[in-house]
Amino acid sequence: MKQTVKKPILAVGPFHPLQEEMEFFQLTVDGEIVTDIDVRISYNHRGMEKISETLQFDQVPFLVSRICGICSASHPLAYINAVEDIAGVTVPERAQYIRVIINELERIHSHILWVGLAGHFIGYDTVFMWAWKYREPVLDLLEEITGNRNNYGNVKVGGCREDISDDIKPKILKELDKIEKKMEMLTKAVLDDPVLHARLKGIGVLSKEDAIKYAVTGPTARGSGVAIDVRRDDPYAAYGDLDWNVITQPEGDVFAKAVVRLLEIFESIKMIRQALKKLPGGPVTIEVKEIPPGEGCGHAEAPRGETFHYVRSDGGNRPVRHKIRAPSYVNVPSFKASCLGGHIADVTLTLAAVDPCYSCTERLAVVDQHNNITHNYETLLQRSREKTAQIQKVLGSSGLKMEDL
Amino acid sequence: MNIEELNSRLSTIKNKLIAIEQKPRNRIYLLCEAENSFAVSKFLFEDVGCRFVIATGIDADDCFEILYHFAYDQLGCLITVKAFIRDRENPAIESITPFLPGAEWIEREIHDLLGINFKNHPNLKRLILADDWPEGVYPLRKEAKK
Repeated sequence: MKQTVKKPILAVGPFHPLQEEMEFFQLTVDGEIVTDIDVRISYNHRGMEKISETLQFDQVPFLVSRICGICSASHPLAYINAVEDIAGVTVPERAQYIRVIINELERIHSHILWVGLAGHFIGYDTVFMWAWKYREPVLDLLEEITGNRNNYGNVKVGGCREDISDDIKPKILKELDKIEKKMEMLTKAVLDDPVLHARLKGIGVLSKEDAIKYAVTGPTARGSGVAIDVRRDDPYAAYGDLDWNVITQPEGDVFAKAVVRLLEIFESIKMIRQALKKLPGGPVTIEVKEIPPGEGCGHAEAPRGETFHYVRSDGGNRPVRHKIRAPSYVNVPSFKASCLGGHIADVTLTLAAVDPCYSCTERLAVVDQHNNITHNYETLLQRSREKTAQIQKVLGSSGLKMEDL
Repeated sequence: MNIEELNSRLSTIKNKLIAIEQKPRNRIYLLCEAENSFAVSKFLFEDVGCRFVIATGIDADDCFEILYHFAYDQLGCLITVKAFIRDRENPAIESITPFLPGAEWIEREIHDLLGINFKNHPNLKRLILADDWPEGVYPLRKEAKK
């Protein structure tokens, strides 16, 4: 009798030892042009919404800060906003300002990180190194304020766990001055560089109309001329007391998104300075004993956009339902609008422009009509860098001029 | 549009609603039956100009609830359409993805986790659950094993 032997199949797809997270994009191409994109997620679903139902209200912030290492201040804050919405709590003013300082430091380090990665994708590895160098002091500040470089664990229902001591204020201000100077140089270099203009303008355009249909948020929306920002529109923490601007660009291309992020760094620096100056005295927390039955919505502007949490309480000590939406959940599907019709050399960059978690963009495979995988992440990255090199050749430029950095 | 104008706009669809709940901090809940949620969501998105945020699926005691969260950013309002699905045997609701592609993923997710059928959804395949997850087992339903 003939026996059918099952052959082992080795999948080198969404899982790879060099990659941190699992996400899979399958592009269909016609020649060099992208004609369809299929995204698969949830290879590593952690069931956080369900776990949250097993934790007490005060334990949940520690869980949700671990949703994302980079947004580990904004998730707990959005959750706290929802719970404080149910309980009708008024938080001490000092705590509101501390929440602003920590969240804006988070935005600065996240945006600098993005600038570095964008440089890496187009073959400007010097920018990558610089960005990492200047992001480091921001993490050091966060460590000094909260005790942790990530997963700060500072926010709680009714206030903050730790105060900011007066001794550290001058150090924060001094570091902000340094970061501002470096970022000014970097921004000027980016805005003046003819190669970057040629490489990034008109690439991966997300029209304003599509931005609204796909309900994108954060710099992805603001780069397409949709002027939304939770910090201004529905002020939480102390954002309502501060003077700052919502940065928008109308073009919707990769360059516009880069400009939005670069300029937002300065707005964040401005906010932290004001918050430190105005920082009122008094306690940083009040005691909240019970969360009454009810439901609440809370949102916060994370570096990538609006983070939304919905919490329902039945009067017990745990949430009965907790819905979490991270900004990438609505930003990533907009690739359907921004990648189609584009060149495959621009795909890594278009995906990276949304700033999904870093490794999201490393799960690429290009399939031709015969279902053969013709490109992987390495070759796509190579394509992207070659295109920059060609532009440099034509324009006779040797890259960013930032001697002073 | 100020808050009074928004409220009067919302009251024009009163016949499709069970109740309008106004809560502090600009939170508005529009309660309706499942068959009306499509019309109410379409009205919020297309006529009022709200931004879609996300949807939440809940297994409440005697019914399923689908909450479509919208934001009216000019006033910092969060408007939630709370739709009740009374039929526990064949829970179904009209999909809003045809006019709002941003809702595609979350409707697929709720379909996976609660087994709600989103009628007229253009691509109602699995999003969250693994390919080898058994059919008919819904992790967020109350009867799901702990």
